[in-house]
Amino acid sequence: MTTEVAQDAVRTGAPPPAARREGGMSEKWRRRLPLLPALIFVIVLTQLPFLGTLIVSFTDWNSYYPDDRGFAGLSNYARIFTDVNARSAVVVTIVLTVSVVLICLVLGLVIALLLDRRFPGRGVVRTMMITPFLLVPIAAALLWKHALYNPEYGLLNGLLTVFLGNDAPQPDWVGSMPLPALIAAISWQWTPFMMLILLAGLQSRPMDVVEAARLDGASNWQVFRHMTLPHLRPYIELSVLLGTIYVVQNFDHVFTITAGATGSANLPYFVYQTFYTAQDYGRASAAGVVTVAGTLIVAMLALRTVFTVFQEESR
Amino acid sequence: MTIALTPSSQRRTPFRDKAARQGLGLTVLAWAIALFFFIPFLWMVLVSFRSETDAATNPPQLFAPFSVEGYRNFFGADPWGPLLNSATASGLSTALVILLAFPAAYALSIRPVKKWQDVLFFMLSTKMLPIVAAILPIYLFAQFSGLLDNILLLTIFYTSMNLPIAIWMLRSFLAEVPGEMIEAAQLDGANLGTTLRRVIAPVVMPGIAAAALICFIFSWNELLLARVLTSTVAQTAPVYLTGFVTSQGLFLAQVCAASLVVSIPVLAAGFAAQDKLVQGLSMGAVK
Repeated sequence: MTTEVAQDAVRTGAPPPAARREGGMSEKWRRRLPLLPALIFVIVLTQLPFLGTLIVSFTDWNSYYPDDRGFAGLSNYARIFTDVNARSAVVVTIVLTVSVVLICLVLGLVIALLLDRRFPGRGVVRTMMITPFLLVPIAAALLWKHALYNPEYGLLNGLLTVFLGNDAPQPDWVGSMPLPALIAAISWQWTPFMMLILLAGLQSRPMDVVEAARLDGASNWQVFRHMTLPHLRPYIELSVLLGTIYVVQNFDHVFTITAGATGSANLPYFVYQTFYTAQDYGRASAAGVVTVAGTLIVAMLALRTVFTVFQEESR
Repeated sequence: MTIALTPSSQRRTPFRDKAARQGLGLTVLAWAIALFFFIPFLWMVLVSFRSETDAATNPPQLFAPFSVEGYRNFFGADPWGPLLNSATASGLSTALVILLAFPAAYALSIRPVKKWQDVLFFMLSTKMLPIVAAILPIYLFAQFSGLLDNILLLTIFYTSMNLPIAIWMLRSFLAEVPGEMIEAAQLDGANLGTTLRRVIAPVVMPGIAAAALICFIFSWNELLLARVLTSTVAQTAPVYLTGFVTSQGLFLAQVCAASLVVSIPVLAAGFAAQDKLVQGLSMGAVK
């Protein structure tokens, strides 16, 4: 037995003591061992900080007034729900996320359908479509704010001058319509993301069945409605879930394009401002907890369905 | 086969013209939409190669004299420190992520722990925890431990940010490794480390590459944590970009050049591995 282990060790280059120790461990722990480092890492670095936020959210703590620290009960939360800015941040987050995800989904689906057929230059079109997603978000936000939206020399107003002449209207896009300006810029970045997932879904369709339906006289619309769409459902759900997770947390665009001005601060930006600028740790934490609660409620609803997608995939 | 098809295609001849016209219309539409999405990027590239006076004109010029003024100004402001910081944080955290995620994925697929589904679920749920909900304690810890403005602390948090994604992705790749292969290896006496390195890793290399790509991109792009945790020494490229614009005033060509340079690693990686990008973004669900 010992010689066998030793021989194995020679063959695999593993030290025999380690092999013996593994042999002595219960099966349960032997299975758990490879998981533990990653699991502990994630728990310590994500759950502990959040626990910290939760605790601070029940305290009075503004770092400008270090002596007034104390237990605050629910008063931070009460202030969140009565504060106009905080309530506005909740609404902005919802409006921003829902519109961006819907726009990206519809555009992404249309483009994916267009790309799901052979035509000259398909590879080029696909590459051009992906490009917006491959810009660093802060770079994309700077591009929209300065090169496109700027009222004096931005491309948008420049094109208005080109097409409507010198007395063309020159709107201040960010100032007069901050939310649509944000929605357009964020949708531009995330549409390729939705498109890529949906395109992958389209290309995994069993084409022989579609061909058979076509031969039986099914119209394009019938094929789309009764075959493509049901097949795409899990992919749509997946892209919506992931899109929601990413867009809810958007900070870069709000920070760069509007800096939260004229009622365009979303929850992440509101928390950042309350914590970083106002130094109101208690209130920032309460807002952070509210953000998490909202995200979890939305995401949990979609999560179960996504999980079944993964199970089908792995089968 | 070809002969059998001929009659049916002949029967459809009357419809062919219409189908061809429809096809052409769809092709034109695809090109039009793609161009629409591409124009802002194209504009950025064009403007970045202009002198500052030619960059900010209204009406816009399609052609303007070529100039590298924007790039010269950007590199003249010495952006190498931040770029190097970004490369360090992204590269190191990606390596660490793969190192931790690979065995974990094994314990969630090939020899699964009892509650592997709950663990996966938990991993995904951490991605729903916005960074803003944890940022204050992280900041206080950094201040307390003296790790504020230290690139290693940022690396650690990028690792925790991307670890769940990598575990999901690698798990879906490992689940497809044939069980006989692993059993054969273990009958030969290979321990876990050897099995992972010599037997599984070569098979799931595409998955590892996809996971690494997406983790690198997410770390490279990250702004909020970097902005709160770093200032002068450990500043990353995205943080540098935000400060660059405010401190230099507005120089359009320079802004475009800077944005483009900072995006180049992501653009290069993404173009080179478009299919990996899809796998990564969907956390391995779409292959």
